[in-house]
Amino acid sequence: MSSSLPATTEVGEGLAAVPRPALGPWARAGRKLVADRTAMGALGLFILIVLACLAAPLYATYVAHTDPFTSNVEGSITVDGQDVDLIQPSTEGLGLGSVPLGPTWDYHAYFLGADAQGRDVAARLLYGGRNSLLIGGASTAICLFLAALTGLVSGFFGGVTDMLISRLLDVLWAFPIYLLAISLSIVLISHGFTIGPFEITSGSLWLPIWIIAIVYVPYVARPIRGQVLALKESEFVLAAKGLGVPDWRILLRDILPNVMTTIIVFVPLMVAINMLTESALSFLSIGVQAPDASWGTIIQDGQDLIYTRPWVAIAPGIAIVLTVLALNILGDGLRDALDPRAKLRIR
Amino acid sequence: MVSLLIRRFAQMIFVMLGISILVFLIFFATPGADPASRIAGRNASPEVLAAVRASFGLDRPLPIQYAVMMRRLFIDQDLTSFVNRGEVVVPEIMGAAPVTLSLVMGAAVFWIFGSIAIGLIAAATKGSFLDRLLMVLGLIGISMPVYWLGEIVNLITQKDLHDTWLFSWVPQLGYTALTEDPWLWFKSLLLPWITLAILYIGLYGRVLRASLVEAGQEDYIRTARSKGLSESRILVRHALRTSLISFVTLFGLDFGALVGGSALLTEVVFALHGVGRLTYQALLDLDLPVIMATVMYASFFVVFANALVDILYGILDPRVRVA
Repeated sequence: MSSSLPATTEVGEGLAAVPRPALGPWARAGRKLVADRTAMGALGLFILIVLACLAAPLYATYVAHTDPFTSNVEGSITVDGQDVDLIQPSTEGLGLGSVPLGPTWDYHAYFLGADAQGRDVAARLLYGGRNSLLIGGASTAICLFLAALTGLVSGFFGGVTDMLISRLLDVLWAFPIYLLAISLSIVLISHGFTIGPFEITSGSLWLPIWIIAIVYVPYVARPIRGQVLALKESEFVLAAKGLGVPDWRILLRDILPNVMTTIIVFVPLMVAINMLTESALSFLSIGVQAPDASWGTIIQDGQDLIYTRPWVAIAPGIAIVLTVLALNILGDGLRDALDPRAKLRIR
Repeated sequence: MVSLLIRRFAQMIFVMLGISILVFLIFFATPGADPASRIAGRNASPEVLAAVRASFGLDRPLPIQYAVMMRRLFIDQDLTSFVNRGEVVVPEIMGAAPVTLSLVMGAAVFWIFGSIAIGLIAAATKGSFLDRLLMVLGLIGISMPVYWLGEIVNLITQKDLHDTWLFSWVPQLGYTALTEDPWLWFKSLLLPWITLAILYIGLYGRVLRASLVEAGQEDYIRTARSKGLSESRILVRHALRTSLISFVTLFGLDFGALVGGSALLTEVVFALHGVGRLTYQALLDLDLPVIMATVMYASFFVVFANALVDILYGILDPRVRVA
């Protein structure tokens, strides 16, 4: 836990002379976080983005009246009283080929224009955000759970268990993350994965979720293991041991609460990193698979249109930057509030 | 020191062995992934599959396949690609390596100087508007997907503005060897360098600022101040020196990973045929010998950088040496 200042130091200048009751460390951290306006602003932005993405079906059905998952190459819409084809003959270069409709900047239809299949990019952007956020969140939950488990077990029990786990983590650590994630994705994406009763089909979102969760385990497990190693020698743990408290109880009641702050600080940072990883995998077409969309796949859709209809690729990129930025700022605020002296830093 | 080096070396060998086995298992033993069916293409008949298996040695037991592949990669060095038959893997990687090295080393120059400048300025003006601005810019740099930034850079410099004086110097996407035309080499890599460096400038600038601010509270800084040294001298000569330790650690690991092929997204966006792109292409084709070789190549740099950082640590920080 962070430094435990005596409660009297909180009664500083400008405060009433009545001594305040000592706050618990969690309450103190909570107050500090709420007082951090930058972090709260970032949290607000993040919540806004999540809500907007959750509202994707509402937007598509009631506002844009479009189905962003079926191609609409022959379609046309009415802009300023004129009929406009969604896919138009190209006017650039030799005039060969075709370009989709550009942004109408009218939120009723094709706000950001159409993609190469005549689908509404704005609606796809919202739907894609749902998948990007879902993958970022779910893989973070799995990753932190696995990392906490390995870190706690290998740090606390030591010996052969620790050696095996540490060596395995060393190997994973030395494997460039993106190469590992890409390798796993390529092998699994075409066939899916079956172990015993668990089956993940090839187009499932669980595939990128698990892959991203696993490749980042060493990065979280290492600092947790280090902390556990230090805590194991601390007086309160030795005292508990001396009293004959069983190991699992020490682990859950004495050690876990102390590494909890580390784990919580990791949450927003990991969601941010995982979303970036997901977008990179999807950009390389080995993440989220069609017909599902994510911000990464939309950027990939826009890659061929980058010189003619740049907004198809620009918009999801901005969405990623805003989300990841909000999460990073929130993570900074959380770290300052919970763990001011910690040197936790991840990519 | 010698025993440390030997231990470190043994560890390197162990980790690389582990990685080679891991890669092998991922591609040869994952349920559902059959390399032969990838090579033969979809809907290949069982006879064709059997023929492919026999001709690539895929019908032999896994440990034998592994041993044969390792021997051909490291001892005979005649491992050939599954997809472009007859193409020897090792020279192919050696041909791609200069592209990646040019990209990563140039970017490293930008990110070292950029992040030290940002870290120093932000730490010197701690709490000011400039400090906050630089830190927010750093965060934005960290938050941008590098491939997206690359596309935006291409959009700006290759389209309309390309015809104006501003970006008319930007050559077509691609790579020109340094030995062929140094000036064109520089011009074609300048934008990829900056694109790749931006993430690391943000990251390192923030880390450096934090550690400079922390160093400011140390006793030796108070001592330096009481000796009457100027603030700038304290910052650069005393605080920066210790802060560079964490900087060097980060740098070693990132540089190793990038040289090994982690720059593949940048290489893909800027059409640079480096190691990362080679790896990615091999992965897409499921070209196992090339995958094996490129991943071993990549992990070598990561492991080597890890070891180097450990040793440098001892040289840079006297406290570690004593302990």
